[in-house]
Amino acid sequence: MYQYDQHDQAMVQARVEQFRDQVQRRLDGKMTEDQFKPLRLQNGLYQQLHAYMLRVAVPYGTLSSRQMHALADIADKYDRGYGHFTTRQNIQYNWIKLEETPDLLADLAKVEMHAIQTSGNCIRNISSDQYAGAAADEVVDPRPYAELLRQWSTFHPEFAFLPRKFKIAVIASEQDRAAMRLHDIGINIVKNEAGELGAAFYVGGGMGRTPMIAPCIREFVPLDQLVTYAESVLRVYNRHGRRDNKYKARIKILVHETGAEEFTRQVEEEFAHLLDQGVEPPLAELDRIRSFFQQPEFATGLSEKADRSDPEFALWIDRNCSPHKVPGYVSAAISLKPVGGIPGDASAEQMHLMADIAKEYSFDECRVTHAQNVILPHVEIGKLYEVWQKLEAAGLGTPNLDQVGDIIACPGLDYCSLANARSIPVAQKISERFDETGKGDVLGELKLKISGCINACGHHHAGHIGILGVDRKGTENYQLLLGGSEAEDVSLAKITGPGFDEAGIVNAVETVTDLYLAQRADGERFLDTYRRIGMEPFKEALYG
Amino acid sequence: MADFDPDVTDLGTGRDEVQFRFRDDEQADVAAVTVDSFLDQADADAVRIEPGDDTRDLLPHLGRLRLVEVNFPSYTDGRGYSAARLLREHGYTGELRAVGDVLVDQLAYMRRCGIDSFAPDRWLDEAAAQKALGILPEVYQSAADASTPIWKLRHG
Repeated sequence: MYQYDQHDQAMVQARVEQFRDQVQRRLDGKMTEDQFKPLRLQNGLYQQLHAYMLRVAVPYGTLSSRQMHALADIADKYDRGYGHFTTRQNIQYNWIKLEETPDLLADLAKVEMHAIQTSGNCIRNISSDQYAGAAADEVVDPRPYAELLRQWSTFHPEFAFLPRKFKIAVIASEQDRAAMRLHDIGINIVKNEAGELGAAFYVGGGMGRTPMIAPCIREFVPLDQLVTYAESVLRVYNRHGRRDNKYKARIKILVHETGAEEFTRQVEEEFAHLLDQGVEPPLAELDRIRSFFQQPEFATGLSEKADRSDPEFALWIDRNCSPHKVPGYVSAAISLKPVGGIPGDASAEQMHLMADIAKEYSFDECRVTHAQNVILPHVEIGKLYEVWQKLEAAGLGTPNLDQVGDIIACPGLDYCSLANARSIPVAQKISERFDETGKGDVLGELKLKISGCINACGHHHAGHIGILGVDRKGTENYQLLLGGSEAEDVSLAKITGPGFDEAGIVNAVETVTDLYLAQRADGERFLDTYRRIGMEPFKEALYG
Repeated sequence: MADFDPDVTDLGTGRDEVQFRFRDDEQADVAAVTVDSFLDQADADAVRIEPGDDTRDLLPHLGRLRLVEVNFPSYTDGRGYSAARLLREHGYTGELRAVGDVLVDQLAYMRRCGIDSFAPDRWLDEAAAQKALGILPEVYQSAADASTPIWKLRHG
């Protein structure tokens, strides 16, 4: 994985000192909270309901065991012994003291990590495919391109005060495991007919209160123009994105209101100009970055079959392991969704264990996924049983990847000052219900996503089943949505009708899954059945 | 230009409302007009860009400009950064002055976008400004200043 050189290290170090100075000026009263707010936000520090929350960047979700250990230490030293993995492949700490943040950032810098631009109206941490470098179906490892863009976007002087936040995802396979088209910019690294690599640019996707699927504005940007093209998109957005209304300020609104064709024309015009401005790093820089993402030294001649005599282990393999490009290996998912647990939460102890396992069994690497789980990208099939036993003993062996219990949920009203309703208790009750009835085991792939307000941090628009918490005359109310997908078959979920109270929404989810079980044809996922039979039968079952 | 030079001790002495100036030439004694007025007046040589103005309208007239003020009515409105960089990219070499809600922690980004004088609404603490200008040792990307991007340091 990528390693800092003296330049990268100097930059994060300087940022620590800069923030130390800013915090001091704030504590001394030399800066107002209004002046301090955008500065702390650009270091991922939010003021939440009960305390400060700090969001740490995990670039494209990749962590070494050393970094995972450091995140665990931070949970112990500065938080209450927990970390929360997020849908941006980052980690958040919910109980942070302002005066301690400079030291926390200094601890992060020691392991080549930071909280730079993890919030604020700037280019955020760049996300990617959690199976990068391992997936059997990838064209190429997408992470070097994400790293190139990470460096370009870090402290970019022109784009620090955009109309609104800006999220970029980079993938390199037909299967989309990073919700690429629901980003401000989604990049798919593809091969053209001549066999050359280039970048397809999708611009103007997003969730939030106005969900949109990004249109493709350029099918092939040559790799030696990648940064320049991104810069062109950002400049058009910075100049013309709406600033009169915070809720219409994302680039999706600009693309939608301008029209994709006219927007593309403006980008291309800026691109033609910027090509002469020398903003593109040489390909040698991309080569340098790529050299850090060489394949590990995989063993050959390994067995491709696991001993499946333990049925619980066999189930975990079937549900949580994904095909690897090298025979004898798989990528294994550590579910952070135990029945009744808080989605995405891990204790310091669990983080230490994941780090140890990554070191011993996965070439020192693990990945955070946008679904709030952790992946061990390269595990020998012959050693899976050992890995599973260790995980199982620590409460990390839940066999539910992409199942109904693998719920994405935002922090909700338990933590977030923006939320209208709680998300976590709803997620807990649903996972408990489906565990008790045993129905969770027969549903197959079913992506359930819960947001506690219309900002959609819990991706409810992209859920096969989505739940949106709203405030209805002072009480929490939950709307049900069906038919969304963040994957290559991307679609936006539609609302079923009137909302439910907390107990009612759990029942409603059960009702729609019962209908699916009654109606499904061979091999159909919930989503497929919904797409085939449409909304009406579900409405009938819910409200009829 | 001595961008991001931590050893910079002379923040420049402006006059009137200009607090910091990073130019050797004499400060022009001119009054900036709106973009519309500037385009109407063939002899105008100073203009003030508001966030909603299209900087590209000025590009055919760069030769007669001695001063461009970029107004930041609120520091959170970042359109001025693009305006400044566009002017520099199209060859404007005259004074480029940030006015309005200009704060200490934005100075370095503004310098990188080609702004070379500052007339903040509220006077800035000189020591804090100096520190903020020098705090980032290097830069990752090329912009409108003379800083060498890290990729160039790596590859020559």
